[in-house]
Amino acid sequence: VSARFTVGATVRVRAAFPPGHLRTPFFVRGKTGRVTQVLGPYRNPEELAYGRSGEPALPLYRVVFETAGLWDDYRGAARDTTVVDIYENWLEPAEETV
Amino acid sequence: LTLPRAAADTPAHEQGNERRPRQQPSPAAPPPRHGRPAGRPGRPPKPEDEHDYAPWEKRVDAILRLLADSKRRLISTDELRRGIEELGPGAYDEMSYYERWIASITNNLVEKGVITVDELGRRMAQVAAAWPAGAEAPARPVAERKP
Repeated sequence: VSARFTVGATVRVRAAFPPGHLRTPFFVRGKTGRVTQVLGPYRNPEELAYGRSGEPALPLYRVVFETAGLWDDYRGAARDTTVVDIYENWLEPAEETV
Repeated sequence: LTLPRAAADTPAHEQGNERRPRQQPSPAAPPPRHGRPAGRPGRPPKPEDEHDYAPWEKRVDAILRLLADSKRRLISTDELRRGIEELGPGAYDEMSYYERWIASITNNLVEKGVITVDELGRRMAQVAAAWPAGAEAPARPVAERKP
């Protein structure tokens, strides 16, 4: 499995809301972040959840977001970040806006 | 939470996502909710290993491990989680941690035809009859007792 994104890439999480078992939190959908780690291939949990093989495995990325960009009413420090592990099928390349 | 080893392909970052159950909250404490730390604000979190598990909770844990092991592979971690999500939004407030586990396990096994609703119903009635609510727990599991 070759990873589409490399460390440092700016990525946008797809703003999709299908039913089913997902490992992509609502609060990052549609948001832009930066890849800090390529964690390797893991079987797709969206398929595993229904008793299927989860193959082909998907690259999983560690993505960092500016927390203040995730919640409108966030009152913490401006430099706070939130790190979420996201499967490749949820990520798209994004312009450098972070 | 240590997930079953048969689900060892679960990314390490996901292990420990779901907290182990803690002791029952005192009446003053709000009930633990999904996605919110169970500790009270301003207090250090309690050690994770403080909770004494009831025998039935240990049994649920063991059942899951056996179902998920490399020999059986009857349920995956993701199937367990999907089953918990499908219990509905009230499940996190109304059911305890291992109640959610056994409910999800049961539904998964019925879906796969490992057990049938009919045999489950009969067995539950059998257990209820042998073990009335409030009665002293039998020293050995019902199935192992001599008639």
